Amino acid sequence: MYDGGKIIVGLVIGLCLLLSPFFYNAGKAAKAPQPELTAKAKEAKKCVADTAYMRSNHMHLLDDWRQTVVRDGQRYMKTADGKVYYKSLQVTCLECHSNKSKFCDRCHDYVDMDPYCWDCHLEPKENK
Amino acid sequence: MLDRVIKGGPKYWGWLIFLAVMMTIGFIVYLYQFKTGLGITGMSRDVSWGLYISQFTYLVGIAAGGVMVALPCYLHDYKAFGRITVLGEFMAIAAVLMCLLFIMVDLGYLPRIMNVIMYPHPKSILFWDMIVLNVYLLLNLLIGWNVIAAERKGIHYQKWVKVLIYISIPWAFSIHTVTAFLYAGLPGRHFWLTAIMAPRFLASAFCSGPALLLIICLIVRKVSKFDPGEKQMRTLSGIIAYAFILNIFFFLMEVFTAFYSQIPGHMHSLVYLFAGLDGYGKLVPWMWAFAVASVVALVLLIVPATRRKEDTLLVACVFVIIATWIDKGLGLVIGGFIPDPFDKVFEYWPTTPEILIALGVWATGFFVLTVLFKMAVSIKEEVGA
Amino acid sequence: MGVDRRQFLKIAGLSALAGLGAKSAFELLAPGKVEAALPLMEGKRWAMVIDMRHMTEDISRKCKEACHQVHNVPEFGDPKVEIKWIWEEEFGHAFPDQESEYVADEVKHKDFLLLCNHCSNPPCCRVCPTGATWQREDGIVMMDWHRCIGCRFCMAGCPYGSRSFNWFDPRKAPKDLNPDFPRNPEFPTRSKGVVEKCTFCDERLAKGQLPACVEAANKIKKESIIFGDLADPESNVREALRKHFTIRRKPELGTSPNVYYII
Repeated sequence: MYDGGKIIVGLVIGLCLLLSPFFYNAGKAAKAPQPELTAKAKEAKKCVADTAYMRSNHMHLLDDWRQTVVRDGQRYMKTADGKVYYKSLQVTCLECHSNKSKFCDRCHDYVDMDPYCWDCHLEPKENK
Repeated sequence: MLDRVIKGGPKYWGWLIFLAVMMTIGFIVYLYQFKTGLGITGMSRDVSWGLYISQFTYLVGIAAGGVMVALPCYLHDYKAFGRITVLGEFMAIAAVLMCLLFIMVDLGYLPRIMNVIMYPHPKSILFWDMIVLNVYLLLNLLIGWNVIAAERKGIHYQKWVKVLIYISIPWAFSIHTVTAFLYAGLPGRHFWLTAIMAPRFLASAFCSGPALLLIICLIVRKVSKFDPGEKQMRTLSGIIAYAFILNIFFFLMEVFTAFYSQIPGHMHSLVYLFAGLDGYGKLVPWMWAFAVASVVALVLLIVPATRRKEDTLLVACVFVIIATWIDKGLGLVIGGFIPDPFDKVFEYWPTTPEILIALGVWATGFFVLTVLFKMAVSIKEEVGA
Repeated sequence: MGVDRRQFLKIAGLSALAGLGAKSAFELLAPGKVEAALPLMEGKRWAMVIDMRHMTEDISRKCKEACHQVHNVPEFGDPKVEIKWIWEEEFGHAFPDQESEYVADEVKHKDFLLLCNHCSNPPCCRVCPTGATWQREDGIVMMDWHRCIGCRFCMAGCPYGSRSFNWFDPRKAPKDLNPDFPRNPEFPTRSKGVVEKCTFCDERLAKGQLPACVEAANKIKKESIIFGDLADPESNVREALRKHFTIRRKPELGTSPNVYYII
């Protein structure tokens, strides 16, 4: 290999730099996020959809809401068991899940996700 | 082909470094604007478009102006212009790039720019403007690149390039017509609500674009071994003369309609621009400078002796650029917003950050222009054009 | 190796498409949400009649306060960057085409309550490139702040100066001018970089409530602002328009504004 020595050294250094986060965190397991339910949420028992669906798809639900609420003017939804919900992140979701820092943020911070929803939608006032 | 770009003398590199510094400053100030909001500019609730959009409007004209070299060459067999069509196309590329950048720095929510494509609204002229400008950029890139590449190889460009060239000629007219339609269809803005907005824009484009091209050609002749040609520059000067006369004629037509009809809605903006309204008159000295520059340019362009001599022709072109820039780059956009829908005056003046960002965009355009011209001129020098 | 490069690329491309498509198809078939339409305030052409004969400084102020509070409209204290959904102008500025030296004393210095006219033929909706503002079936010219790119073409298109732009982050408006901002926790603020305006309180209409300004005005003087459905010949607005002569702002422009003023 022409200039083989330099290339191999360069590759090793590059690989080390690339894999450095793994070396840094070796042996440490970051705990899985534990979002906490408020008393109100626990009492309600049911969300607008089942937990498994919400966990993986709440962003799609909210996206669908913002389309149907703002653009189609459909502000209410009826779930399969007949309950009617007002489709609003601030008014409905956060009424039960008013502990954003201990609920929403737990998972969002874990995956380093910063949804820009909060630029406009108001976060509930929490007593820290 | 681009390898010719890195071979240059100290003045060339000095110019590129100067432009790079201006680009960097503009970019850093833009980051500040992105973080803080467009409120750092001079724009307001009443004058909601300012320097950025006015520069965009002016540069669409420059971009369209390149067609004034292509049209005689390809449609009327004026082979002499064949020497410099590539230069016109490369100038158009730089100009359209600046247009797109000015739109981007003006947007309030830039990350959502793809919404214009994801949610198309054909009723909106902005939708069509996006299409025509991007297609025009693509056309000029494909045409210019292929023509200069063929020139380097000493062969004729391929046949499909001719098809693109034939499309690009009416397309150039379309980009400025569509841009004029942004203004000319708004019911509340009487200064812009005129049928001759598009013709005015085109006339202004066809003098300012070629004028800039001519100035650049004179610079090219000075700094390189390539001579765009005496005959070419003479014909170009004739085109500039006629287009500028038409531009001023159209402007005077507006003045007549406004002041002979005495309708306040038609007069107010012109009064604000040229005399001041309610005690506000920031743009008055500028507009009279436009008037004086226009007269000087007209005289120098109409009188054959001054049009044919290079030094006076250069002065004429500079004055054409100054005049059209003030008219389109300042008077048009700001004048349309003043007086506001309540017949009140809220003045606009660009702030320093705004000016620095605008200069950064101009520097970017000129950087691209310099690089492309360096490549084209070097190739032409090599093939002994 | 029986596959050449061209075939490989074709296979790879098709597989990628299938892979992407499959995920979206899966999501589309997710547990369904049944839409419930609970129309509480149905109308075909919402309009407003403002009775300027009974309009006072107090009523106008209360209207503006109600609107700006319910919608968390920030106060910047600077006309350059101000945001206003409803505001006042003198007759000559509200109706420049009606301007005359000799206007009735009663009208000349009265402050007219101005807001978005929710035109039947709105130029702002025509020019919006993304559909961030559009005309609903009930006549309301609506805003979608998720979609607005902040190009401000609608502001140029509006002949009435009804639209405001968020030149700065509304949450960073001066604290002394905006105590307890945001005052309504049930309505979002907007972000910097989007255009906003009156939406005829569509979120209140959905709950069966009148727009905030109408409610505030009528609390002080009944029927000072009448809000109703222009398409219904028996509605309150139609009755008001039959009974009283009204003017609208710049009707000659063909926008067909739906805010009427009883002089």
